[in-house]
Amino acid sequence: MKRIYLDYAATTPTHRDVVKAMLPYFSDSFGNPSSIYSYGQESKGAVEKAREQVANLISAHDEEIVFTSGGTEADNFAIKGVAYANPERNHIIISSIEHHAVIETCKFLEKRGFEITYLPVDKDGLVDPDDVRKTITDKTCLISIMHANNEIGTIQPIKKLATIAREAGVYFHTDAVQAAGQIPINVDDVGVDLLSMSAHKLYGPKGVGALYIRKGTRLVPFMHGGSQENDRRGSTENVPGIVGFGKATAIALEAMTGEIERQTRLRDHLITSILEQIDGVRLNGHPTKRLPNNVNVSIDYVEGESMLLNLDLENICASTGSACSSSSLEASHVLLALGLGHEQAHSSLRFTVGKWTTEEDINRVLEVLPKIVARLRAMSPLLKSHK
Amino acid sequence: MPDIQSLYSEKVMDHFRNPRNVGEIENPDGTGHVGNPICGDIMELYIKVNGNTITDAKFKTFGCGAAIATSSMVTEMIIGKTIDEALEISNKTVAEALGGLPAAKMHCSVLAEDALRSAIDDYHSKQKKGKSKAKAKKK
Repeated sequence: MKRIYLDYAATTPTHRDVVKAMLPYFSDSFGNPSSIYSYGQESKGAVEKAREQVANLISAHDEEIVFTSGGTEADNFAIKGVAYANPERNHIIISSIEHHAVIETCKFLEKRGFEITYLPVDKDGLVDPDDVRKTITDKTCLISIMHANNEIGTIQPIKKLATIAREAGVYFHTDAVQAAGQIPINVDDVGVDLLSMSAHKLYGPKGVGALYIRKGTRLVPFMHGGSQENDRRGSTENVPGIVGFGKATAIALEAMTGEIERQTRLRDHLITSILEQIDGVRLNGHPTKRLPNNVNVSIDYVEGESMLLNLDLENICASTGSACSSSSLEASHVLLALGLGHEQAHSSLRFTVGKWTTEEDINRVLEVLPKIVARLRAMSPLLKSHK
Repeated sequence: MPDIQSLYSEKVMDHFRNPRNVGEIENPDGTGHVGNPICGDIMELYIKVNGNTITDAKFKTFGCGAAIATSSMVTEMIIGKTIDEALEISNKTVAEALGGLPAAKMHCSVLAEDALRSAIDDYHSKQKKGKSKAKAKKK
């Protein structure tokens, strides 16, 4: 049976052209970019070409891109970097649905004397710009609000939010790990100061990402060591990874318009059909301001992991916000922030489509999911108590 | 096959795919209704008792693979047992009978043990009520 992968938000397969672009930089052009002989300069050239490609994706200048080990490092770098570079200010504003990489970094700072404001979101997952405006004080050093949410796909009004920050003289960071490569981003147009990206979410390799740092932004280096990355991040560059990331962004940019249209069609087909074929279903996230690839539903009376297991038996890979599937045993903080009850958060199912998802894949889900739900509902004590 | 299934033993997957004794019993002699505050799982267990022996058991569960498998296993283990024998069953014996559970899922087996005890408690309290009703009738 063909395996149907519908968890592209978790990670993506590395594009074969990306792997091809990376290969020469393992054993042939293996030099250290800091070395002055030809091997080193070949590597250096490859890194700089990749920097240009990554910068292109978000219309930034090359020198504003710093390569990192991934999205989590980029988030840590942005937040701690600004926090420690601006000691006269100790207040940070984030949304309550940020990725753990942002939330846990802020909690770390909270224990060390920083004050963190966790902004609520509405039922669709949107941050209210007025809330941001009202929360800023003369102690605020940073506002960090994600571009698009990894669980529910809701896209925030980043330009509005960043404008508020700029007017108040506060740095604005956005975690664009899910948005980059999927939807157009122009850092000058939206006016963000810092933006996190990850390669493996856009058909690049794992273990590489980048932080966009607007020229003039004050932040301390994340890794102390050599003078790589313009003294901002010591460590010999992950040359093959960086080359792969660059290639992946180039492919993403080229394919973007077509992919947005194609994936939106698949997404909407899946959402509409699930809502039609199964009763007691709620769509989580904004109906239209959402990533082209994200479907997230709560299916009443059925627990998420038991659905995942049954889907896996049918060779379909999906994801859930249920506590039962996480080692933390806590239901998704994102779904709870939308106002969902614990039972609804436990009943969530996320499908994220991608480059290689077909209409047949979606139809296969629609063929098996209603049967799985019916079977699990037949053994659900919740259904009876609601009758 | 790899994936989630390698997380669980074959026995767990067997009980998950083909759960035994799903459903409700009409006029049960004991009902256990428990929820696991840790992860939000909910289980209902119904038992039929004849003499002192559990003659039938059925369950309904809202929960993950481990919760469904332990529910199914506990019904299989108690049918044919006396009440006292059934009370000796613990979450550990249920997990062992399933060929073990991942460490993060051990709490799911507590749900089955709690449901069993709750159903037996309910059976005992119904017995008491029955006896006092019978006494009242005689008077």
